[in-house]
Amino acid sequence: MTHTPTELMATVAARELRDGEVVFVGIGLPNLACNLARATHAPNLVLIYESGAIGAVPERLPVSIGDPSLVTGSLMVCGMADVFQSLLQNGRIEVGFLGGAQVDRYGNINTTVVGAYDHPDVRLPGSGGAAEIAIHARRTVIISRLSRRAFPDAVDFVTSPGHRFRGRTRRELGMPGAGPVKVVTDKAVLEAEAETGELVLAALYPGVEADEVRAGVGWRLRSRPHLAKVDPPTDVELRLLRDVLDPQRLYLKG
Amino acid sequence: MRDAVAALVRDGDTVVIEGFTHLICFAAGHEIIRQRRRELTLCRLTPDLIYDQMIAAGCARKLVFSWAGNPGAGSLHAFRRAVEGKGPPLELEEYSHFGMVGRLSAGAARLPFWPMRNYMGTDLPAANPRIASIECPYTGERLATVPALNPDVTIVHAQRADADGNTQIWGLLGVQKEAAFASRRVIVVVEELVDQSVIRADPNRTLIPGIAVDAVVVEPWGAHPSYAQGYYDRDNAFYVGWEPVSRDPAALAAYLDEYVYGVRDRREYVERSGGLEQLRAAARVCAGVNYGY
Repeated sequence: MTHTPTELMATVAARELRDGEVVFVGIGLPNLACNLARATHAPNLVLIYESGAIGAVPERLPVSIGDPSLVTGSLMVCGMADVFQSLLQNGRIEVGFLGGAQVDRYGNINTTVVGAYDHPDVRLPGSGGAAEIAIHARRTVIISRLSRRAFPDAVDFVTSPGHRFRGRTRRELGMPGAGPVKVVTDKAVLEAEAETGELVLAALYPGVEADEVRAGVGWRLRSRPHLAKVDPPTDVELRLLRDVLDPQRLYLKG
Repeated sequence: MRDAVAALVRDGDTVVIEGFTHLICFAAGHEIIRQRRRELTLCRLTPDLIYDQMIAAGCARKLVFSWAGNPGAGSLHAFRRAVEGKGPPLELEEYSHFGMVGRLSAGAARLPFWPMRNYMGTDLPAANPRIASIECPYTGERLATVPALNPDVTIVHAQRADADGNTQIWGLLGVQKEAAFASRRVIVVVEELVDQSVIRADPNRTLIPGIAVDAVVVEPWGAHPSYAQGYYDRDNAFYVGWEPVSRDPAALAAYLDEYVYGVRDRREYVERSGGLEQLRAAARVCAGVNYGY
C-alpha cells in the first residue's frame, strides 16, 4: 500500500514509544501516534491527557483534548491541579508530544506570537500546558511539517524551551527533563546533538534527498555521519490509521 | 439565570467561567452579554468560544488566560482582532495552564502566591511581569511563582446539585473546585436539580459543597455547544462552524443578535438552535459503591 507523508509522520512518531511508557498526549497527530502505538507494539502504553484522563482508551477519535470519550473506560479522572503537580512536576511523565508554529535550531518552540509580543503580526493560542511539558517530561518528541517559516534559526518567542535559551543549557537553567530528543517531520527525522543541543539530520524518509530537508530549515542543518533508515508504514499500520483511528481523515490530510 | 447574573455579576468584576472543554457555561456567558456587563476581567485557562463571544459583545476589558484557540477547530478571531490591533483593545495577562492552575490553587487556599518549578528558559516571564520567582528557604532552589487569583465571581456548570448548592460533577473536573473556593461569589448552573438525598447517597461525587455556593440555577443544555458527560455530547459542528462566523465581524454580530440578544433565555436558545436531541448521551452507567460501615 502507498502512504502519504502525514501517515508516515504518525507511524514514525508511534514507533518512538515503548510499551508500558507513560505518555502525555496532545490532540491531532500525537493522539493518532499514541493510539497507533497502543494498537500495535505498545498495548500497555498509559495515555494521559492534560484534561485529567489517565489511562484513556478512546473508542472514537477525540476531537479535542477534553473529549468525553477520554473519560469513558479510563483508569482515573483527576483535576488539573493533580495533572500538573502530582503527575507532571512529580516526574511521572516519560514522553510528551509537542507541536508548534515555529521550531528553532535548538528545539525551542513558539506557539505564542509571530512578530513582537506587544504588537504581534499573528497571535497564536499560547502555551496551554506545553511550556511545563517541555520542562518536565523526561523526554519530548516534536511533530511538525518542514518549511522555512516553521523552522527558523531562532523563534520569535520561546513558549516551550528546547536545549538552549539565550546561550544557557537546560542543565544550567535547572530543567528536569531531557527536552526534545527528536523532531518528526514530513520528510525526515531530526535529533538533538548531545554536546550542543542543536538539531541535526538523523534519518531521511524513503525517496527524500537531504537537500529537500535543508531547504525547509532556516539554519545550516548538519547531518549525522550515518543516517538511519525509516521503514514505510506497514499495511497493518495503514489500515489502523485509515479504517479505525481516523476514518474521516480529520488529521490524516496531506 | 437572569436574577443570579443581575445580583452577582457587576460591571468591572473579575469573572471566571471555568470548565476545561467539559461543562462550559455558555448559558451564563450569554446572560452576561444580554445584561450588557462592561469592563470585566475575564479569566479562564481556555477562553474558548464563550469568551470570544463576550469579547465581541464588548463585555471585556482584560483577558487572563493560558490557551486561546478554538479547540480542534481554529482560532478565536474576536480575540485575535483585539490583540492584533484590528479591533477594540484588550489587555492581556498570559500564563501557561500550570500557572493558571497554581493561581487558582493559591486563591482557594487564601495564600498570596503559588510556587512551581516552571518557566525557566521561556519568554513568558518577560511577557508577564506577574510571573516572578522566590528562593526556597529549605533548599535554596529558585522557584517560579504566580500570584493568587481571587475572582469576584466564579460560574461553574455541573450535572446536578441540590437546592443548597451541593454540587456533583463527574467526567473531566478541570479546575472548577479551586476556582469556586478562590472566589468571593459562586454561581452553580446545573442540568438537573436533585433532592438532597441523591447527594447524600454518593458524597464522594460532590466537588463543591453548598457552603461555598451563593446561587443555584437550573439550566438544561446550559453548556451547549460544549458538553456535559452523561447528558449530551460536544456539538463539534458548532465549534467547526464558529471559525467562519468568528472571522467575520458582521457574521459574529448577526450570531449574537439571533442567538443571544434575540432570545429571552436558555429555553428559547435551545428551541432556536434545534436538533440538540441528537447530541443526547448514550447510557454508560456505573454500578456504585457501598458506603456502609
